[in-house]
Amino acid sequence: MQLRFTAEDERFREQVATWLSENLSGEFAPIRFRGGPGDEHHFVEERKAWEQRLAAGGWTCIGWPEAWGGRGATIEQQVIFNEEYARAGGPGRVGHIGETLTGPTLLAFGSESQKQRYLPGILEGKELWCQGYSEPGAGSDLAAVRTRAEFDEASQRWRLNGQKVWTSLAHESQYVFVIARTDPSERSHKGLGFFLVAMDQPGVTVRPIPQLTGTAEFNEVFFDDAECGPDDIVGTPGDGWKVAMGLLGFERGVSTLGQQMLFQTELDEIVRIAKANGAAQDPTLRQRIAEAHIGLRTLRYNSLRMLSGTDDGSLGREAMIYKLYWSSWHRNLGKLAMDVLGPDAELLEAAPYELNKLQSLFLFTRADTIYGGTNQIQRNIIAERALGMPREPRGDLK
Amino acid sequence: MDFRFTDEQGMLAETATAFLAEVSDSAATRRAMTMPEGFDQSVWQRVVEEMGWQGILVPEAQDGLDLGFVELVVVLEKMGERLHVSPLYASAVSTVLLRRLPASDARDDALAALASGAVVSLAHSAVKPDWGVGGVAIHAQCDDQDWLLNGECRFIPVGQSAAHLLLAARLDQGDIGIFLVDPATEGLQISPLPTMDQTRSMASATLTDVRLSASMCLSQDAGEALTATLDIARILVAADQTGGAQACLDSSVAYVMERVQFGRQIASYQAIKHKAADMMVKVESARSLLYYAACMADEWLLGQADSAALAEAAAMVSASASDAYFFCAGTGIQLHGGVGITEEYDIQLFFKRARSTESYMGSPAEQRERVAASLLDGD
Repeated sequence: MQLRFTAEDERFREQVATWLSENLSGEFAPIRFRGGPGDEHHFVEERKAWEQRLAAGGWTCIGWPEAWGGRGATIEQQVIFNEEYARAGGPGRVGHIGETLTGPTLLAFGSESQKQRYLPGILEGKELWCQGYSEPGAGSDLAAVRTRAEFDEASQRWRLNGQKVWTSLAHESQYVFVIARTDPSERSHKGLGFFLVAMDQPGVTVRPIPQLTGTAEFNEVFFDDAECGPDDIVGTPGDGWKVAMGLLGFERGVSTLGQQMLFQTELDEIVRIAKANGAAQDPTLRQRIAEAHIGLRTLRYNSLRMLSGTDDGSLGREAMIYKLYWSSWHRNLGKLAMDVLGPDAELLEAAPYELNKLQSLFLFTRADTIYGGTNQIQRNIIAERALGMPREPRGDLK
Repeated sequence: MDFRFTDEQGMLAETATAFLAEVSDSAATRRAMTMPEGFDQSVWQRVVEEMGWQGILVPEAQDGLDLGFVELVVVLEKMGERLHVSPLYASAVSTVLLRRLPASDARDDALAALASGAVVSLAHSAVKPDWGVGGVAIHAQCDDQDWLLNGECRFIPVGQSAAHLLLAARLDQGDIGIFLVDPATEGLQISPLPTMDQTRSMASATLTDVRLSASMCLSQDAGEALTATLDIARILVAADQTGGAQACLDSSVAYVMERVQFGRQIASYQAIKHKAADMMVKVESARSLLYYAACMADEWLLGQADSAALAEAAAMVSASASDAYFFCAGTGIQLHGGVGITEEYDIQLFFKRARSTESYMGSPAEQRERVAASLLDGD
């Protein structure tokens, strides 16, 4: 058991930190600490330019194999990169869906021509991707997707019809990957396909969803005879679920320490305010601030266990609790921020509805315990997969 | 960075699991907890001879194994899982304190005795509501060439059976002295403390003009060593708590998988599944902090980490593991239903051990307050 990174890894850290401090300045200084969940709609143009700066420095897709333009970085190096990126205030990555989801999916399941067609655009930070999974009737029950994909023999193209929802950055993206039903006689995870679809076409319509924060970073995406080519299906019709589930396993937590660095920034801000406004003298708030600190450190060591992996490569228990733990922690942090601010928590930055960072945190963290598998679904997963308890029965309502 | 057991640590965990399954079933725990010694001497003898766990932290020079805290925590966690009744915790804490005191013949003899299985208990405090150095309520005065000690001390682990006590006393100038004391010394009265949790035997001591020779004073400036040792003690208790919490989860899941009501296993109810999931979240979280704290303790012992880092780790894991254990034991009783409150089922024994370890060495609220103070007080 060894908590420290090696000297070689620490040299890599130095290299990352130096590059970031030299490049995250000048024209890019205003976007430090911007973007990301809850702030995704801000500085989008500047953040697109930043993707290309990163690419020019060789800092996109560092975990990809060198043959495809990555650095073949180890898990440790990817962790370090994410950590230093967050420490430096690197903005929320508009390219993260392509880099962490589309790319690894194509590397694992894609054809040679798909890799050649799509990987360079992601690597260069020029082509952005969004994710077409959830639907109005397929949230927690993702396999219930109804978007249909039919192969049109006449045009030799796939035609998609249906609706996706909760799609971040849809209006900024060039491509979306979509799970759609290729076999209409199936209802569950069978009979699905995984499609790569261009956003800029008449059959695709994007409509923003205004949120409780007064902003809109999620969208609905409608497909009305949207098209993609015969080669734009990953795997074969019927493989969609396998591909989609494989994709969820790729990240293996390399971004978790970076995420925690952002959480630390938020907690530091709350501590600063508590010391300034006297909340730090309140015994109850002192307990809660200490609890938040302990929780964040717990996340760190959960992550290190997760990153160290299991001997057989299976998902360890610490990996199964990760989502439930961080989302609950972050939601509680949002409430703690409000309680530390007291009555001033109500005061907006400006009319009509400009929130400060902590107000956004408070409101948007209500989404954390819902997206990516609700806390209730997470508990089911833990009980069934880790503890071997009986699976939930399926109903038959349509 | 590799936050996994080494092969050797993994083998130690397997050996400990197998050995404890043999010597520490429910009947063995119930036998040991009513023995006047506070533990079963014959089982301890097997631990000493076959496992050598008493020597994990003892240096090779004193015939110890000279291993680290990760190894010790592995063993204590497994002991916690089986409600094992053992003086290992008491002796390990004494080993740590002795290693931090200046070398002397008396100190080295005590370490060698520990390596051979002698039980040495730290007696330091807890007459006042302060588990730290501030709670030391024994006074030591110089008297000619000797020391004269007076005062009281409570919550001495397996104190009634210790071959030696390591006694912390306040000196005239206010510094902390550590004395190596033979329990038979005149003026020293050691009595077992009847406690609600019977699996962790405790004693109290009253000292009336106890006269000790100068050579029995191992240090006259041990405040820092004692403070750090108490933080180590919190980490070792957290190991027991994490193992206990895991056992509560395991036995509760096993029970709800067997129990049938309304024609189905009660484990199939989401209300039950979600309780079990919450238990697992707390167990795994405590375990992550536990192994971090064990690594920190190793770094501290090697002089690579300071006592502030050790204190933070100890406070965090103590709060987390205490809360996890009590939650899992309490929820465990609920999931067991009616049989959970019977004498027959072990869940009640875990529940009592969860409570006793929760307030021992400072409550979770006190540990969080230590963390809060380091974050919020001062500039």
